[in-house]
Amino acid sequence: MSSLTLAARDTTTMLRRNLLHARRYPSLTLNLLLTPVMLLLLFVYIFGDVMSAGIGGAGADRSAYIAYIVPGLLLLTIGSTVVGTAVSVSNDMSEGIIARFRTMSIHRGSVLVGHVVGSVLQSVLSVVVVGAVGVAIGFRSTDATVLEWLAAFGLLVLFSAALTWVAVGMGLISPNAEAAGNNALPMVLLPMLSSAFIPVETMPGWFRPIAEYQPFTPAIETLRGLLLGTEIGHNGWLAVGWSLGLVVLGYFWATAKFAQDPR
Amino acid sequence: MTVTRASAPRAAHAATQAITATGLRKSYGDKTVLDGIDLTVPAGTVFALLGPNGAGKTTAVKILSTLISPGAGSGEIRVGGHDLAADPQKVRAAIGVTGQFSAVDGLITGEENMLLMADLHHLPKREGRRVTAELLERFDLVDAAKKPAAGYSGGMKRRLDIAMTLVGGPRIIFLDEPTTGLDPRSRHTMWGIIRELVADGVTVFLTTQYLEEADELADRIAVLNDGKIAAEGSAEELKRIVPGGHVKLRFTAPDAYRSAASALHEAARDDDALALRIPSDGSQRELRSILDRLDSTGIEADELTVHTPDLDHVFFALTTSAAPGSVPAQHNQPKENAR
Repeated sequence: MSSLTLAARDTTTMLRRNLLHARRYPSLTLNLLLTPVMLLLLFVYIFGDVMSAGIGGAGADRSAYIAYIVPGLLLLTIGSTVVGTAVSVSNDMSEGIIARFRTMSIHRGSVLVGHVVGSVLQSVLSVVVVGAVGVAIGFRSTDATVLEWLAAFGLLVLFSAALTWVAVGMGLISPNAEAAGNNALPMVLLPMLSSAFIPVETMPGWFRPIAEYQPFTPAIETLRGLLLGTEIGHNGWLAVGWSLGLVVLGYFWATAKFAQDPR
Repeated sequence: MTVTRASAPRAAHAATQAITATGLRKSYGDKTVLDGIDLTVPAGTVFALLGPNGAGKTTAVKILSTLISPGAGSGEIRVGGHDLAADPQKVRAAIGVTGQFSAVDGLITGEENMLLMADLHHLPKREGRRVTAELLERFDLVDAAKKPAAGYSGGMKRRLDIAMTLVGGPRIIFLDEPTTGLDPRSRHTMWGIIRELVADGVTVFLTTQYLEEADELADRIAVLNDGKIAAEGSAEELKRIVPGGHVKLRFTAPDAYRSAASALHEAARDDDALALRIPSDGSQRELRSILDRLDSTGIEADELTVHTPDLDHVFFALTTSAAPGSVPAQHNQPKENAR
C-alpha cells in the first residue's frame, strides 16, 4: 500500500472512532446545538419587534428580521460546534489511548485529521438542524440558484474546516477540558461582535472596522448574499481568504503541537 | 522457591539484541531523570528495570517506545534492529506497549477497542475479527466484550490493554508496571500472561517496583536508582552482591544445642533462642556437610531453615543510601525455605 492509501485508511479508522463516540454520547452535540437554537428563538420572538424595527425601519415585520438573522446563526452554529471539538480533543489527549496511537506505526496525522473530518461533518449536520428550525419559523431563501446553494454549502464546509483546525490547536494546548472550553470561547463570542444580529453600520464608529474585518462578518455577508441576493462585494474574497488562512494556520499549529513530546 | 529458580537466559543462542541503548539521558529543566544509562536486552528474554517510584523507569520506557524523544547527549538507541532516531516508524512496527496508565478507549466497548487495533494494524476485516475473538477469549474478556471499557475493573482494563498490544503480534513488548494496583489474583494472572508471551519467543521489557516480580519473571534485572543503573545481573547474581546466606538450626534441648555448638564451631550462637547460624550459600553440598557433621555426633536439630538473601536485601542495599525513606517498606522479611 502506498503511504497515501495508508494515511487515508488510518484517517478513516480514526474518523470512525470519533463518530462512534459522538453517536454513543450525543449529549455534547445536542448541548452545543441548544445555543444557536435558543439564540434564534430569543432574538426572533423576544427581541424580534425592536430588532425588526432597527433593521427595516418602522413597519418592517418580523419575517425581515428572520431573514436577516438566520445566515448569521448558521455560522454561529459552526462556532458553537467547534467549542465541542476543542473540548473533546483536550479530553482525548488526556486518554491513554493517544499515547498508544503515538507508539504505533500509523499515519501520524490521522488522529488529528480524524477529529477534523468528524467535527466538520458534525458542524454541517448541526447547520442543517438549525437551518431546519429557521425554515420552520419562516426563513425562506429568496432567489438562490442551484449554483448559489452549492456555493453556500461549500462556504459552510470550508469555514467549518477553518474553525475546526484552530479549535483542534486550542484543544491541544489546553491542560484540561475546562480550559479547552474557555480557550475556544471566542468561537461563539466573535459572531456576537459581527453582523450576525445587527448591521455593522449601526455599530459605533470605532468598533466598526473590528466587526467588519473579523472572520465571521465576511462569511455571514457572503452567505446572506448567496441565499438572499444581498450585495456580497469584497466579502466573498475576504471570507474565502480568512477560511483558507485559518485552515493553513490551524493545520500547522495543531500538527506542530501534536508532534511535541506529550506532557 | 527462590533458590531453585532457573535464571539462564531462555534464548541463550540468540545472538541478536532486541534492545540496545547507550548513554540514555533525559532531563526536564534542571531535574535529571535519566543520567546516562546503558541497556542491552537480548531477543527472547525478559528484562526487568527495577526501582523505587521516581527512579526514571517510566521515562526509560517512554523513550525506548518512541513516545518521547531521548535527551540531548544520549547515545545510539536501537530497538528491533532499527535506529530509533532515524527510523521511529520501523521501531513502532516492531513493538507493543502497555503503559502504566491504561491505554484503552473507555468510551467504546472492549471488542471495539480490539477491532480498532486490528484496523490500525491494517488487518483484513475477517482476520481482525478472528484475532479479536481469539484474544478476548484468551484474556477472559468475552463476557465483558460488549460493555464500554470505562466500566471495567483494574484487572480487566489491564488485560484488555495487553490484549490490544498483542493484536499486531509484536516481537518486543514494553510493560510499564503491569501489575501496579492489581489485587494478588490479578497479579498472578498477569504473571501467567507474561510467561506465555515469553514462551512464544517475545522479548519483554518490564518495569516494576516489586522485587518479587522481577525475581519471578526476569532473566536479567537492572536496578535503577536516581537515574542511574545501580546494579545489573540475573536475580542470582544480584543476590550475591549482598552477603547474608545462612543455615539456621534450632534446638529445644539445651544439651543438644551445646553439643551442636561445639561440633559446628564456626556457627554464630544465639543462646537465648537455642539457635545456630552457619554461613552458607544453601547449596546441596554445604547442607550435606552440615548434616553429616551433626549426624557424626549423633545430634538432631529440631528445625533447619535455609536463608538466601533475596532481592529485597539487594534493593535496600542499593537504593537506601541515595534516597533514605523513599523505599517501599513491604516485604522486608527474608524468605525462609524450610527443609
